[in-house]
Amino acid sequence: MAERVAVIGIGQTKYTATRGDVSLPGLLREAAFRALEDAQLTFADIDAFVIGKAPDFFEGVMVPEYSLVEALGAVGKPVFRVHTAGSVSGSTAIVASQLVEAGIHGTVLTIGWEMQSCSEAMWALSVTMPFQQQLVAGAGGYFAPYIRQYMQRSNAPDDTGILVALKDRQNALLNPYAHLHEHGITYESVRDSIMLWDPLRYSETCPSSDGAFAMVLSNEAGGDAAAAAGRQPAWVHATAMRSEPALAAGRDQVSPQAGKDCAASLFKQAGITNPRKEIDVAEVYVPFSWYEPMWLENLGFAEEGTGWQLTHDGATAIDGDIPWNPSGGVLSSNPIGASGMIRFGEAALQVRGMAGAHQIDGAKLALGHAYGGAAQFYSMWVVGSDKP
Amino acid sequence: MSDIQEPAPIDLPEGLWSQPSVDTSALDGLDEVEAVQLINTPAKFVYDYTPGIARTRFLRAIAEKRLVGQRCPETGMVYVPPSGVSPISGLPTLEEVELGLDGTVVSYCIVNLDFTGNAQEIPYVSALILVDGSDIPIYGLVREIPTDEVRTGLRLKSVWVEPDEMTTSFENIKWWAPNGEPDVPASDLVGYV
Repeated sequence: MAERVAVIGIGQTKYTATRGDVSLPGLLREAAFRALEDAQLTFADIDAFVIGKAPDFFEGVMVPEYSLVEALGAVGKPVFRVHTAGSVSGSTAIVASQLVEAGIHGTVLTIGWEMQSCSEAMWALSVTMPFQQQLVAGAGGYFAPYIRQYMQRSNAPDDTGILVALKDRQNALLNPYAHLHEHGITYESVRDSIMLWDPLRYSETCPSSDGAFAMVLSNEAGGDAAAAAGRQPAWVHATAMRSEPALAAGRDQVSPQAGKDCAASLFKQAGITNPRKEIDVAEVYVPFSWYEPMWLENLGFAEEGTGWQLTHDGATAIDGDIPWNPSGGVLSSNPIGASGMIRFGEAALQVRGMAGAHQIDGAKLALGHAYGGAAQFYSMWVVGSDKP
Repeated sequence: MSDIQEPAPIDLPEGLWSQPSVDTSALDGLDEVEAVQLINTPAKFVYDYTPGIARTRFLRAIAEKRLVGQRCPETGMVYVPPSGVSPISGLPTLEEVELGLDGTVVSYCIVNLDFTGNAQEIPYVSALILVDGSDIPIYGLVREIPTDEVRTGLRLKSVWVEPDEMTTSFENIKWWAPNGEPDVPASDLVGYV
């Protein structure tokens, strides 16, 4: 029988444009030590390490897993690195979870990070190679045409994206770790910000951040021990990953099939038939504002073409019936290779009752979600305060 | 929307910090010196690129001002640029298809953001363009039209470099420009985005 998996330790760094005062290994150790302290463990207690970050040239440090082994206290222990573009640290958490679930390791430390200040992701995503078609303007340039397509299909009001950005950035004011704390933000200030990739405005776009997020995952005995010591674990109820070919003719990039299939598998495993009713809070990868309504539909929280209504009705607000991204989300902090794990870990913090000022009262079941690449990689988990 | 009051500043929780206390006396008196935050280090990688059969045929065709795709034997979809295999069926795409040099905008964005390595004057239009005869759009620049007049369904012609500048490169197509034909109705473009 598969082991139950518990999240017993969580640690993160303050997200910021340029951290500056720590090296890359120092950044990771900061998150790792905080997770170990939360779990009341040391590196000696860790059986294996599962790490993930975005493509190496986003930060200009090649195969960092080799040079980071000592800093992570992983010498002589198994180290796995996961690669799934922007969804990577969601997938990384799932690989860690499955190593515990399979009974291969009892306690695993998993970490995702990015030091975006070391390089320029826009450049890295837009390198001209004569034998390939050119992506002409980074991730925003890639996704904006699909957002325009969603707007045309759904007839959503033009200001849907503004409302999402305003909500997430206001939520970020409740999260001390968030990169952007825009105290003066208003509907008007978002609306009047420059169009970077028309129809996407500057204030509807994620920042470039430095940061790391770490979790300690353990088997049922470890989870029980934490609970007995008064430290509420988050129990993993279901995990799912799906992918689809980036360059397949006929693929729907507004609502990709892999995302639908991933959510369907996840909710089936977790015994969830109505995610909007049964899930208390969701942390979903929304790097550009319009991805909230798009993913509301893709994940089955709303019928196709109606996701924007939940945003306009305030359903996804922190006091709504299905809060999305109370932490401020990717729109407020984006260390790319950590952004997926932040979603997974924020979901765990919610069901542990440890989310601080952005805690959703009584949250017992939470969704963490990440996507990446050309919207072709998906990773998701559901965590709960009770055992599955 | 919820009306959130701005919270009082929150202190980060106490934690184990990775930085041990170190002797920083060597930095004394350097307060006025601006810290180095960023250095540019030019780097160069030289690649030998082996395109494979399908991409070789595509690149040789583009050097002759032709665009060629390949058809999936199962779905019938025509891929450009071809990789030689259909990502849907997994089968080799052995049938080569001569494509047109015109195309249609299926979606687009207007780029207002400058960044390292960008060679375009902003604003410019980046569009998903469905080349005539193909079934998967490619990204391309749209010029010779005001940015606010670009639209889904707009018909385009490819604009090429001078004949003596032609190489086996995507850069042979400088950009795309309106070809004057009537717009394609949106209903004809369903399934291509």
